[in-house]
Amino acid sequence: MTNLDLSKPTSDAAPAGTPLLDVDDLRVEFRTRTGTVHAVNGVSYSLAAGETLAILGESGSGKSVSAQAIMGILETPPAVISGGGIWFEGRNVLEMSAEDQRKVRGPGISMIFQDALSSLNPVYSVGFQIGEMFRAHRGMSRKEARKRAVELMDRVRIPAAARRVDDYPHQFSGGMRQRVMIAMAIALDPRILIADEPTTALDVTVQAQVMDLLKDLQRETGMGLILITHDLGVVNEVADNVAVMYAGEIVERGTVDDVFTRPAHPYTEGLMGSVPQVEAKGGRLQPIAGQPPNLARIPSGCPFHPRCARRRLGAEAAPGRECSTDVPPLRLVVPGREAACHYSEEVLGVRAP
Amino acid sequence: MGRYIARRLLLTIPVLIGASFLIFALVYALPGDPIRALGGDRPLAPAVVAELRDEFNLDDPLPVQYVKYLGDLVQGDFGTDFRGREVIDTIEQRLPVTIRLTIVAIAIETVIGIIAGLLAGIRRNGFLDNLVLVSSTIVVAIPILVLAFVAQYVLGVKAGWFPIAGITEGWYSYLLPGLVLASGSLAYVARLTRTSVAENLRADYVRTARAKGLPNRTVITRHTLRNSLIPVVTFIGADIGTLMGGAIVTETVFNLPGIGRAVFDSVQAQEGAVVVGIVTLMVFFFIFFNLVVDVLYAVLDPRIRYD
Repeated sequence: MTNLDLSKPTSDAAPAGTPLLDVDDLRVEFRTRTGTVHAVNGVSYSLAAGETLAILGESGSGKSVSAQAIMGILETPPAVISGGGIWFEGRNVLEMSAEDQRKVRGPGISMIFQDALSSLNPVYSVGFQIGEMFRAHRGMSRKEARKRAVELMDRVRIPAAARRVDDYPHQFSGGMRQRVMIAMAIALDPRILIADEPTTALDVTVQAQVMDLLKDLQRETGMGLILITHDLGVVNEVADNVAVMYAGEIVERGTVDDVFTRPAHPYTEGLMGSVPQVEAKGGRLQPIAGQPPNLARIPSGCPFHPRCARRRLGAEAAPGRECSTDVPPLRLVVPGREAACHYSEEVLGVRAP
Repeated sequence: MGRYIARRLLLTIPVLIGASFLIFALVYALPGDPIRALGGDRPLAPAVVAELRDEFNLDDPLPVQYVKYLGDLVQGDFGTDFRGREVIDTIEQRLPVTIRLTIVAIAIETVIGIIAGLLAGIRRNGFLDNLVLVSSTIVVAIPILVLAFVAQYVLGVKAGWFPIAGITEGWYSYLLPGLVLASGSLAYVARLTRTSVAENLRADYVRTARAKGLPNRTVITRHTLRNSLIPVVTFIGADIGTLMGGAIVTETVFNLPGIGRAVFDSVQAQEGAVVVGIVTLMVFFFIFFNLVVDVLYAVLDPRIRYD
């Protein structure tokens, strides 16, 4: 299932067997009157058909912004895509005309959002909003579109779909609303579905149902799934690969099993330590000290160094690996694993090369 | 919904009774004697005065006068003025003028106000946005009396584009007064629409609409404008009620024989029956259009239900 070729340098051109999506050195800034906020600073990843890539990070780590850049729905201004490329099926989305970009949204790449209540228009029935996909992209009549909407609502397992198609979003429960969002997003069989915190606003039992539904749909259609979340449990259950973001950069990535069992970056290590675990029952949780950085003033060197328990400053540091001055590149640490830390080998407990 | 409307309509009855009594009492409290004023410089014969006072129940105490008036009113009799003219005839003659003026004014403020507000809201801080801001501030700051005279002089007298006064040229005569009358509300509608559109453009569901790959036009009209119009419709609906009450200044400057002028003249002549009849009707219009707004509200926003 995992087609992500992690041994290649991240900034290279598309690898063999062109991936569905290739994000290369993406940079997004928000230019405001009070200064420039660097939300995404050189993010690269690729996604293959049928793959589930989790992008993990705190609020403000740039995970949603990079997804919105891929969708082409960033508000510009204030946002500016200041560098990099986004290749979808071999075409650079950023160089497409606005109209071509629009045609990718829906049948090519689709997206669901965290809060389904505010993400659905309150004044139109759910059937109408799902049907809009067919009307806008396939030129279907309103009546046909409504019929397709019922089929889709059935497909995402909304009970009594035919009866509820003309109901409004506020008449549905949270889980059902998210299913409506999913029905809308998969209406045109997209190649890629980006799910931006799809379960954060739902209660736990419903979360599992929604994730199961997403996985089932992925199995049926073979679409690539980008799962943006800060929920480690969800990542562990459904994702193949994970990219951990911090301060607008990917600081570590690899397969979920590897990253979760043996983190190679102190930030990932910190995340794992702050999650309650059954084996460690009774022990204290170890929060990461400090606050995520202000993206208008990202710390010099490694952006994580002010909070890092393993940082080496001044004379302690190896030459060229001073944490507050030398920027650690995202590099291959062990096969299948990249991390942006000068001392990843130490974190992993392997011998430095 | 039907029951809600019925209940609201029933509620207008006590409001109308209260309002009419209040107006009745105010006219009663006016100083001076309307009957003596009828004769102008020549005093009327005492016998005539006494007969008129008796005919119009002017010597009865206020509550008695009011109950007698109300008794006639529920039978559909609005009474007569002191010259024997039926009040209902005055209303029939004057009301169409005010209705036409209101229609023109509302059409202008709705169409121009919403379009200007929409464009300004889409391009915030652009040229049109600033133009709307500056012009609406100016319009709101200038008293309508000044605006009316300037418009009449510049566009009517100097340029000759519009009739200067009167209603002899049909709907066209209402265009300039309608524009003057609408100006204040027009500015308000534009600003309200602008704010509402600017706010809705940031809404999550607009982001969803873009993520769905809908054409920009659909995103704006279907997913932004429709939701943005909810507060605007409220304002315009209430404004219809206000404008139906007549626009005394505009009707006077442009010499339109509307209902506002009629009230103004009858207050001066202390024509109690005319004032009470017309003002009560105005109150009814106001209540009625507020009800229309509330019903429209539920049509525009399915989350609102009155059951």
